[in-house]
Amino acid sequence: MKFVRMKPGHGDVLLAEGDVEVAEDEQRLIEEFRRQLDEGMWAAVPSGEDSGRHEATMVRDFSEVPREADRVIFFPKAAGGR
Amino acid sequence: MAVAAAAFLLALALLAALAFGPDLRKRLRKQARSRSTVRRDAYDPGRERRAELKARELLHSVVGDELYAMYRELGFIRVSGGGEPRSGYGYLLYPHRPIVAYEERSGELLNEYCVVFPDRSEPSADGRLPDSDDVLAKWMALSGDERRLIADANMHVPGRQLDPMQVRRDLLRLREWEGRRRSEAVTA
Repeated sequence: MKFVRMKPGHGDVLLAEGDVEVAEDEQRLIEEFRRQLDEGMWAAVPSGEDSGRHEATMVRDFSEVPREADRVIFFPKAAGGR
Repeated sequence: MAVAAAAFLLALALLAALAFGPDLRKRLRKQARSRSTVRRDAYDPGRERRAELKARELLHSVVGDELYAMYRELGFIRVSGGGEPRSGYGYLLYPHRPIVAYEERSGELLNEYCVVFPDRSEPSADGRLPDSDDVLAKWMALSGDERRLIADANMHVPGRQLDPMQVRRDLLRLREWEGRRRSEAVTA
């Protein structure tokens, strides 16, 4: 599983990568997930790359991320614009 | 005794300033110069373009070929309301412009939703995501939690920021584009 984050001036950057079946990796991913949410990010899990029906699920906790997900994308929280 | 020690220390400090002062000044000036060089180097006109290219790759990998082609050729992405084409309404997602809600059948414009995704961790880029990242953020937030995004946005009547005539033309272009894609798929 990969964690990527959209960044101004960079495009997406890789934050962390690991195998959720490996306890150490999973712990690292959980910590990174929390850190990103604490920094005010939203997290989305894209899906449907294989089926052709492309979707995204917003997740608020690492436990909501499907175990088989390839990646989680973090992006800044929305705010009302002018 | 204390006075003598203080005088000794003062004399030592004066001697050190005389001995090392010029070197120290030179070093400080050099550091200041190198800091300003770094600042000059940080301005890179290709940076935004490279970021946009990366963002396009990410957008393509997430939304798939069809929507990516729509964005590349028309400059916006259409999303069905409620994640369901039968909902009767949809949204047009433009980069760094309001989201426009419209009625599918009549093409009537319903609302403009002004929403931004400010990232204060990157002051050099004004906290603005690359165009394709902005569209992808809107697409993911709408697909994943439409209500939350709409609740966070500022709602306005159509025409506040986007010219309604232009949006109607975009809807026409979208219909023509979809028609072309369908006939191409049939002939292929």
